[in-house]
Amino acid sequence: MARYRGNVEAIKGLVRETEVHRDVYIDEEVFQLEMEHVFANTWAYVGHDSQVAKPGDYYGTTIGTQPILMVRHTDNTVKVLHNRCPHKGTRITTESCGNTGKFFRCPYHAWSFKTDGSLLAIPLKKGYENTGVEQSHAGRGMSAVKHVHNYRGFVFAKLNDSGPGFEEFFGDSLSSFDNMVDRSPAGRLEVAGGVLRYMHNCNWKMLVENQTDTCHPMVAHESSAGTAIEVWKNAPPGSKKPMAVEIYAPFMAPYEFFENMGIRVWPNGHGHTGVHHSIHSDYSAVPGYFEKMAAAHGEERAKAILGENRHNTVYFPNIMIKGPIQLIRVFKPIAANKTLVESWTFRLVDAPDLLLERTLMYNRLINAPTSVVGHDDLEMYERAQEGLHVDANQWVNLQRLYDPSELPDTTAVTNGTTEWQMRNQFRAWSKFMTMSM
Amino acid sequence: MNAPTDQQLIDFVIRETRLIDQHRFEEWLDLFAEDGFYWMPLEWGQTDPRLTTSLMYEDKLLLKIRVERLKGNRTFSQKPKSRCHHVLQTPQVDSRNEAANEYVTWTPMHYVETRLDQQDLYAAWATHTLAVIDGALKIKLKRVDIVNCDAAFGNIQLFM
Repeated sequence: MARYRGNVEAIKGLVRETEVHRDVYIDEEVFQLEMEHVFANTWAYVGHDSQVAKPGDYYGTTIGTQPILMVRHTDNTVKVLHNRCPHKGTRITTESCGNTGKFFRCPYHAWSFKTDGSLLAIPLKKGYENTGVEQSHAGRGMSAVKHVHNYRGFVFAKLNDSGPGFEEFFGDSLSSFDNMVDRSPAGRLEVAGGVLRYMHNCNWKMLVENQTDTCHPMVAHESSAGTAIEVWKNAPPGSKKPMAVEIYAPFMAPYEFFENMGIRVWPNGHGHTGVHHSIHSDYSAVPGYFEKMAAAHGEERAKAILGENRHNTVYFPNIMIKGPIQLIRVFKPIAANKTLVESWTFRLVDAPDLLLERTLMYNRLINAPTSVVGHDDLEMYERAQEGLHVDANQWVNLQRLYDPSELPDTTAVTNGTTEWQMRNQFRAWSKFMTMSM
Repeated sequence: MNAPTDQQLIDFVIRETRLIDQHRFEEWLDLFAEDGFYWMPLEWGQTDPRLTTSLMYEDKLLLKIRVERLKGNRTFSQKPKSRCHHVLQTPQVDSRNEAANEYVTWTPMHYVETRLDQQDLYAAWATHTLAVIDGALKIKLKRVDIVNCDAAFGNIQLFM
């Protein structure tokens, strides 16, 4: 029985000022509507253009649950296409990434398409003479996604015509992407190191909320970060603190540290932790890096870029980036209770290898299915996915540091332990969920 | 022990996984050389642990953190604790280099990890690079290649 489809009031009723109804996490109908609305009215992350460096390079992925692909067209622009043959529906990409040459050729009946999706050829074409195939969906080739934007290498797409334009949707929040890219002396990033894929039996939004949840590290991660600190205490005096301990230890910083780091919220559900400092502020300097940055940007500008140590920047609906670590996490929804987390890393072009080494160490210590930090996070999400079935209380609380004068869709900097960014996300959720209903 | 026999190498590898299955993690950790590593590649045929991501690439300090964490009272993902079970093919001695004090074995295995109602099966190959240090065999490198190393996994909490 449909309770939410076509019922804007019921959807809006799921999000209150300071709490959300559990159906946003556990209800399959709400999940299906998210796929049709939230993931179609917003600019979803597709991939990085270094994944498709040469014409014919392709990469298959999803927006929400929709199979899509991104491909470097012959004119060197990046196209985003729906990933099915218009004939029988066969997925077009043979592997998750590769090079298709000048055209895609469906492995089922050899229909072929240019890399902008337009139909190139159909074998034994006379069989379609006078059938009107030109007017059919199939005859027009692979459907291209019309709204595509490449921002400094990061490719986004919006499936619906409704919803804001790229600049309006992101606004000042793009400064976090800028900082990540500016950290390269060449002003360029390249996907590097390989992607960690981690399956979570929980709703995708739990992961998104966790990215700006600064009251959990010292609790949930005491067993990993706290143990790292304890074990390191037994090191011989004078030992150089290893990179791994530098990465783990700040998770145990006290509440005060997180309060003072600050949170900034932006319109449309974007926001970040670490306005003034972050857990990434005190890593050891990498020899030779600052010199390269100063040569490329000038000393003052280089200091400004490297002095910005934002912690997690969340872009609505489902990605998080870490500028100082050069990392993007994509929370891919699969079902109301299932999410695939992909953690991608980048090389700062022209920077010393040691930076990439640290990035990869961070990724495997924190984001891998073998990560002791990830283990405790996932345990919390899965317990919540289960606990939300309690009928006696059907609401999730997001009230920390709530102020009734708090405006929706505004830019503000506030205490680093606020749950304002979570409220911000749900206000955006409500807006984009109902925008085209 | 000067140069280990093939049988001593094989016995060592078999005992190593037994210690894991029996949760004798402190004794297990003692099998590693001070500069030993445990490596679980992410990529099929991976050659570089530094500039290519791995599932695990841990020195003895990081392994000790894991072992200590498993004992902790606030280790929530281990309440209740995971259990595991190895089935090994007989380890094959791939190379013996007595001059360099380096011995390499190769062991196909199935590994089961369980927690609550969940049971996960992994197929993998373990490559042990061993050396004789102070008269005893020690692990310089244990490399575990999971057959589907690039698949999306849920939690893998113990040691393969």
